Amino acid sequence: MTAVHDEVLSFDEAMEKYDPALGFEVHVELNTKTKMFSSAPNGFGDTPNTNITPVDLGLPGVLPVVNRVAVESSIKIGLALGCKIAERSHFARKNYFYPDTPKNFQTSQYDEPIAYDGAIDIELADGTVFTVEIERAHMEEDAGKLTHMGGATGRIQGAEFSLVDYNRAGVPLVEIVTKPILGAGRRAPELAKAYVAAIREIVKNLGVSDARMERGNVRCDANVSLMPKGSTTLGTRTETKNVNSLRSVEHAVTYEIQRHAAVLDSGAAIVQETRHWHEDTRSTTAGRPKSDADDYRYFPEPDLVPVVTNDAWIEKLRSELPEPPAERRKRLQADWGYSDAEFRDVVNAGVMSSVEDTVAAGVSPAVARKWWMGEISRRAKIADVEPAELGVTPELIVELNALIESGKINDKLSREVLDGVLAGEGTPAQVVEARGLAVVSDDGPLLEAIDGALAAQPDVAEKIRGGKVQAVGAIVGGVMKATRGQADAGRVRELILQRLGVEG
Amino acid sequence: MAEINREDVAHLARLAHIDMSSEELDRMAGELAVIVDSIKSVSEVAGDDVPATSHPIPLSNVYRDDVVGETLSNEEALAGAPDNADGRFRVPAILDGE
Repeated sequence: MTAVHDEVLSFDEAMEKYDPALGFEVHVELNTKTKMFSSAPNGFGDTPNTNITPVDLGLPGVLPVVNRVAVESSIKIGLALGCKIAERSHFARKNYFYPDTPKNFQTSQYDEPIAYDGAIDIELADGTVFTVEIERAHMEEDAGKLTHMGGATGRIQGAEFSLVDYNRAGVPLVEIVTKPILGAGRRAPELAKAYVAAIREIVKNLGVSDARMERGNVRCDANVSLMPKGSTTLGTRTETKNVNSLRSVEHAVTYEIQRHAAVLDSGAAIVQETRHWHEDTRSTTAGRPKSDADDYRYFPEPDLVPVVTNDAWIEKLRSELPEPPAERRKRLQADWGYSDAEFRDVVNAGVMSSVEDTVAAGVSPAVARKWWMGEISRRAKIADVEPAELGVTPELIVELNALIESGKINDKLSREVLDGVLAGEGTPAQVVEARGLAVVSDDGPLLEAIDGALAAQPDVAEKIRGGKVQAVGAIVGGVMKATRGQADAGRVRELILQRLGVEG
Repeated sequence: MAEINREDVAHLARLAHIDMSSEELDRMAGELAVIVDSIKSVSEVAGDDVPATSHPIPLSNVYRDDVVGETLSNEEALAGAPDNADGRFRVPAILDGE
């Protein structure tokens, strides 16, 4: 990579002078069992060139056949994005010559996409809502994966040859294209991130994609242009490719806004081109300019017949849609009575569904939140896994909570009980029994411990007798220590004061 | 009236990464022009009331169930490749793609 860095303007200065316009093309890999046009498995991480059939290699005489589930998943995505579903839609060949497709064309859709004219509301962290209009969502297939060998490591520049794995070639994709997004102003980078996050959430919620960005299940090309403040004419745009994490989307949009502003400020014009995003330097470099090489010579795919929909089919698919994520969040927050901040924390910690299940199992929303945001999140962080992956079931939390509420154990002991359960020592009740963890509620052993603690700290005992009741904490501490935390601190306090003949 | 000229052929050759000599461009422009003109005669028969047709048979909604079928082995997949390495197709580094 070249060491040349483009000039950039500070984000604040860019925002004083220009209004950004955004546009996104998000590719979503569907999680069908097989490919878009062949019965080869749609898998990830398999031995190279094993998930393929003659169709995927474009061998002579092969005929593609459309995967019904992929079409239905695409329609569901369209419906979830508020799109109209085309009554009639067909596939087209997008011709280009590059070894990532062995056919020399990508089967895609051109002038009749399956879904068009939609809109989704994107909520930013502070609750501000932007409506993003969807131009279209169309069906296509993924390309193979190239690894560039020799020369600079992994980069095409200086590579001597490339190795191609066609396992991914033909995996069903839905490409979601927005209309130009205007009026985001300085919140453009934040909106960019929130938009891609919303798409990822929607397709995951629909169950039509694994939506794992680190595996390339959701990939974003971000278009950015600037227009001088007050202007309504869109500027020349650049398309930044390879922006494949939420954080990168935010950074790439920020960077391109700053770079465009510097170019425009210098009096030069923006070159309409592809830009490549580099996470390491958080900057973009020029790819190829738009040229006659973008002449894809689209024409209708002669080997595939049109997709024709009808109301019955669409309504059946609509009836299968799950509750939209944004509506579900609103409903749950209202049900649970959490503050905005409390609810946001639960969502960001990835435990919303766990809390939902736990409340359904029979504890209060406050107790469910206490467990998932407290002890379970703490353990998950240490183990470096998601809280839901620790193996803590809603039923377990209900049992632990019942033990606490009955006074059998306290909060501190409940963590030890959890240790025991997770270590496979049985149910919470069995662990309490086996480890001898029950709160000591018999006054006999407590009085013994109290006498010991008073004898150990005679000066404190004297103070309490003299009326300094607040000093009782030191004795309670001694008793708790002696009973290894198994005493009810409130009862201990009562007994100490009784013993010393002091009014609490 | 030729619908395809020499520049069109040169452009298509560039798109397809086909190296063509000046003589080949001349010859192809002539041959393709004849083909295009012949096909164009269809429009003379089809009136304005006949929409452009991509499929001659009025079929729609031909689908396959989402069930895994037989696949090629790695060896079979690579059998026709001019070159391979590490179980993958080996191709020249090409710079002008994405």
